[in-house]
Amino acid sequence: MSDIILETKGLTKHYGGVHALTDADFVLRKGEHVAIMGDNGAGKSTFVRQITGVEQRTSGTITFDGKDVHFAGPIDAREAGIETVFQTLALADDLDVPDNLFLGREITRFNWLGPFRLLDYKAMREATIAGLERTAVKIPNINNTIQNMSGGQRQCVAIARTATFASKLTIMDEPTAALGVQETAQVENIVRTLKEAGEPLILISHNMRQVMDLVDRIVVFRRGRIVANLKKEETDGQDIVAYITGAKTGAEYEGAA
Amino acid sequence: MSTETVDSGKRSVGELISSVAQQKLLAFAGLIVLLVGFSLASPNFMQTANMIAILQATSVNGVLAIAATLVIIAGGIDLSVGTLMTFCSVIAGVILTYWGLPMYIGVPGALLAGVASGAFTGLLIARFRIPPFIATLGMMLVFKGLSLAISGARPIYFNDTPGFDLISRGSLIGYFVPSLPIPNGVLILFVVAIATSYILTRTVLGRFTFALGSNEEALRLSGVDINRWKMYVYSLAGGICGVAGILLASRINSAQPAIGQGYELDAIAAVVIGGTSLKGGQGTMLGTIIGALIISVVANGLRILSVPQEWQIVVTGTIIIVAVYLDILRRRG
Repeated sequence: MSDIILETKGLTKHYGGVHALTDADFVLRKGEHVAIMGDNGAGKSTFVRQITGVEQRTSGTITFDGKDVHFAGPIDAREAGIETVFQTLALADDLDVPDNLFLGREITRFNWLGPFRLLDYKAMREATIAGLERTAVKIPNINNTIQNMSGGQRQCVAIARTATFASKLTIMDEPTAALGVQETAQVENIVRTLKEAGEPLILISHNMRQVMDLVDRIVVFRRGRIVANLKKEETDGQDIVAYITGAKTGAEYEGAA
Repeated sequence: MSTETVDSGKRSVGELISSVAQQKLLAFAGLIVLLVGFSLASPNFMQTANMIAILQATSVNGVLAIAATLVIIAGGIDLSVGTLMTFCSVIAGVILTYWGLPMYIGVPGALLAGVASGAFTGLLIARFRIPPFIATLGMMLVFKGLSLAISGARPIYFNDTPGFDLISRGSLIGYFVPSLPIPNGVLILFVVAIATSYILTRTVLGRFTFALGSNEEALRLSGVDINRWKMYVYSLAGGICGVAGILLASRINSAQPAIGQGYELDAIAAVVIGGTSLKGGQGTMLGTIIGALIISVVANGLRILSVPQEWQIVVTGTIIIVAVYLDILRRRG
């Protein structure tokens, strides 16, 4: 059994004539935290959408946990163990914390009732509290609806989903882009908790300091291609910016434009 | 990375009391003020018979408003509830009077017609991506036209179906408590309200109804087939319009194909007065019932005070605007 949790080979996505992602070869090992960086439109989010089954790839293979996978939708990816914290958070503002954690996978009773099957509030509440404890996420009142929460708390709720459902891979798309300093620190602490727990993570971020603080490896996207794969110890902020802007291209990616 | 997230994150603790609850309280206070005001203005107002008349008048609009509430919480709008109600009562007329079949076929048949019609409207909105306003505007006319075509634009009477009028006008409560002859129509209104309230708060369908109106994209990303659940919401609303159709037909002991248009506006008005947000994601059945009662009380009270009907309509319109404005003020504050 290899220690590779996720591998993509030749992953490609075209939107009509637009080549949003071309030939992405990517490897993530168990327990590893990798950052994906790149300018806007470089293909980072497109890459994530193919892995998480939100969109269907044009070509290429995805191997997850030792198996070739073809996720028909986000629920498939999630059932396989990939949890995604989307850029838009994907939270329903009018619902409270357990409601959001369990959105789309409610614990229910009397399932023969179909759409009218009953919600098991108690079970979901208990699982929520357990999940929040595991990630050390502090939310004062889980009965609060999301719209009454700060940006940091919202992000924590989104991240806490991961812990609650014991995933094999967590993907975060710019988790702190809209947060203040303290809230960012709170989210980064959760990421460290995941690292200690040996949970692999893909982090999409524009924040150089955060990336250098949190991850083991940095993969740079430019114009739909992977142009660099850098160990944190062997690089620095300036170097990464050079790859992002196109001043440099990794030796193994020559010809990738 | 929306800035909206940050802004709305800075809400005060005072807003923790849900805005729906506030609006509901406000609506309830408004209802009490109206009741007291009309009682002082006319001794004829606060009479048992008049109170029962108000409740009876509320039953049809109340049930329709419940259907509209479901759709509005899910982030949609339904302009077809009024004429779908009429369509269902015409279907009841066809089954019971034209075909001479018994009530236990006619009544479920009419309800089923409502569910199927709602499912079709839901299909237009979910699968074919027609905006709810347009889809239900179109269906409003389709149901109206179908009702007129099927009935030959003539009323269908239920004289051959004894007991049909008792569905709305009989009084089960009065049978047991003779001093309280509350008509069955009112009883049915409250049963429908409690049932839908239960569905909204306790079942997966209810959870997804709120989630659809709150953040449809979040629900989709959670892996939920949102098209299917939208159709369920519109189907349930359609079935409830069927209940309203039976209630109305039973009350006037006939299916009147020419009425129905305009009822949707009273229904939506009741929803809005009751504190359900037109943006979706928020709302309660209790609020809607209070809203429907306010509309009936105003109409009844002004009639007792001999205010001409033209001015009653003006007052109802004004109440809707005031209710929405108070809602806006509250959100801003």
